[in-house]
Amino acid sequence: MAQIRIENLCKEFGSFTAVESSTFTIEDGEFFMLLGPSGCGKTTTLRMMAGLELPTSGEIYIDSEEVGMKRASERDIAFVFQMFALYPHMNVGKNMSYPLISQGMSRKQAKEKVLEVARILGIEDILNKPIGGLSGGDRQRVALGRAIVREPKAFFMDEPLGALDAEFREHMAEELRALHDRMGATTVYVTHDQLEAMQMGDKIVVMNHGVVEQFGVPQEIYDWPATRFVAQFIGSPSMSFLNFEATINKGDSVFDLGEYEVKIPKMLEEATGKLSLGVRPEHIHFSDRSAYRGETIAVEYLGTTQIVTIRTPHGVIKARASSDTPIASGENVGLEFDARTLSIFHEETGRALQSEANAGVLNRV
Amino acid sequence: MSFSVTEPSNRQKWISGALVIGYAIITLLPLFWIVATGFKSSPDSIAYPPKVIFEPTVEGYVNLFTTQTRLSQDAISEPRKNLSWYEQLVREKGNTIVGPSRFSERFFNSVIIGFGSTFFAILLGTISAYAFSRFRIPLKDDLLFFILSTRMMPPIAVAIPIFLMFRHLGLNDTHAGMILLYTAVNLSLAVWLINGFIDEIPIEYEEAALIDGYTRFQAFYKVVLPQAATGIASTAIFCLIFAWNEYAFAVLLTSGTAQTAPPFIPTIIGVAGQDWPAVAAGATLFLLPVMIFTIILRKHLLRGITFGAVRK
Ligand SMILES: Nc1ncnc2c1ncn2[C@@H]1O[C@H](COP(=O)(O)OP(=O)(O)OP(=O)(O)O)[C@@H](O)[C@H]1O
Ligand SMILES: [Mg+2]
Repeated sequence: MAQIRIENLCKEFGSFTAVESSTFTIEDGEFFMLLGPSGCGKTTTLRMMAGLELPTSGEIYIDSEEVGMKRASERDIAFVFQMFALYPHMNVGKNMSYPLISQGMSRKQAKEKVLEVARILGIEDILNKPIGGLSGGDRQRVALGRAIVREPKAFFMDEPLGALDAEFREHMAEELRALHDRMGATTVYVTHDQLEAMQMGDKIVVMNHGVVEQFGVPQEIYDWPATRFVAQFIGSPSMSFLNFEATINKGDSVFDLGEYEVKIPKMLEEATGKLSLGVRPEHIHFSDRSAYRGETIAVEYLGTTQIVTIRTPHGVIKARASSDTPIASGENVGLEFDARTLSIFHEETGRALQSEANAGVLNRV
Repeated sequence: MSFSVTEPSNRQKWISGALVIGYAIITLLPLFWIVATGFKSSPDSIAYPPKVIFEPTVEGYVNLFTTQTRLSQDAISEPRKNLSWYEQLVREKGNTIVGPSRFSERFFNSVIIGFGSTFFAILLGTISAYAFSRFRIPLKDDLLFFILSTRMMPPIAVAIPIFLMFRHLGLNDTHAGMILLYTAVNLSLAVWLINGFIDEIPIEYEEAALIDGYTRFQAFYKVVLPQAATGIASTAIFCLIFAWNEYAFAVLLTSGTAQTAPPFIPTIIGVAGQDWPAVAAGATLFLLPVMIFTIILRKHLLRGITFGAVRK
């Protein structure tokens, strides 16, 4: 069990910067998600934490001990690879006992330990099987087993469910989360799937182009994205934006969107120029009395809800509505926004302006 | 190339079967002829029309392993007792054995030089291929190409300079010299082939081992080597075949103590006048080691050849 702290961590490959000055803290026992699109530096960050890659600069603390330049084997962590990296020339049991024996445990003790872990994972009856014939799910369990037997300070997993098909992924995700809850070990989990991150994570760090965009609990990140990138990356469909040019003063809680006045959380920052108003699909409501109007251009039926795409004077947005009221495309509808949930973004920097609603979240970063 | 997904028809099977059998006959016939000739008597071996059915004899093998001289008329009529079967056989032809021939010596040279150079080529080749595959090496591609380019020159083009160098270094006609030379020639092949095989092994295996507490060398030894075994085995076969069959360098650089079998076998002809059965016996025995080695490793060889093709 361990707390892991990353400070100003950088990694350059030649002239290319893969990770740019990342800082975040993983608390003891947390299930921590490293989330971001492909190529944003998640794997590189994780590999630096594990000791498979040396940082260009910055510090990594595991239990307040700086380990940045230490060997992987000296950090007492376990790594679960995307393709599992089970040794094909050994059977399941050997694969699992391998890390124990390499650390000098006796064969008998190792065998007992492996059996104990295999029981937790429900794989005790395949211990003698070769790796080759295993299903994806069993391979996944064996890979986890190999990590667990050592009882490391922390688990690092790089898209461990990436190789499984969609249906099974969900099942394994639940299993993994349940396992974590039972063992309470600090776990760092890399994924590019925002849904997976939201479902499983205690905390999420969102990365983009090697930069940490935001870091916090899933709900905070969903409700109060720190940047436009996070707003767009998280949620399905993602946050919609109304683009406009205006001046916002400190203390404003209302601003003009054409002829329509939008109520917003009280602003703590001023801004001028190109701005955008971010609103989650479920916070857009249809109201015939509203003066702000748009035309529906597409309706996507999803069972209990429907996603309505609306063209407004300030851009195309998506709303989530109950399926109870049928909506046709081509209709002229009035729109209302939940004042409490709105964020305003600076177009140029992509940053969210601070308001009374999101200040608590944003200042933490 | 395209392959039909459907089951081949009977006729297709029949035709391909016939083709394979035909090809096998064409390639195996000379081999069969060599083996058969080894068991013929001298007149049978040059009989015309050629004899397919003949009375087998091991005369050729006896001649191969012994040095003989002709007996005088008196000596033949003089009765001798306690002759072993092969002495008897030689005596019937009016000859007597005066000692062993050089064949087993030359054969043994071939074994030492062939397997020795294969061992070193594989050892050094595996280590360098691992480095090429896993570490960032400046000018890696150029270096790899340079290594390969050493193979582009025909042996005969470099034979004379090597001969002069070897003479200067005292390596002419020594086992060490021949092992060194064949290792150098085979190394490029070994590095290239094994490099390809190691490239195919995901690096995560070693990283997992590193995290599990192994050193890099242990990770190489316990994780990479077992998985590269297939590739290494097939590379070893290629290296051995080259070193075993090599003729040009052997003729030029060896004559006595370190002479290998290829330049020696033709000289058998001269010893007792056109002794084809002895030559054929020598050739047959010469074929065996590579054949046995290949059979031992044949599972690997097949998998090794298809390795890169199937996985990428
Ligand atoms: N050894 C390396 N040498 C050079 N560039 C590298 C190296 N490893 C990674 N990179 C680059 O660094 C960037 C970040 O890579 P990384 O593997 O961390 O991304 P990722 O977020 O894990 O993406 P994915 O979701 O595709 O796995 C990529 O652009 C990649 O090309
Ligand atoms: Mg990755």
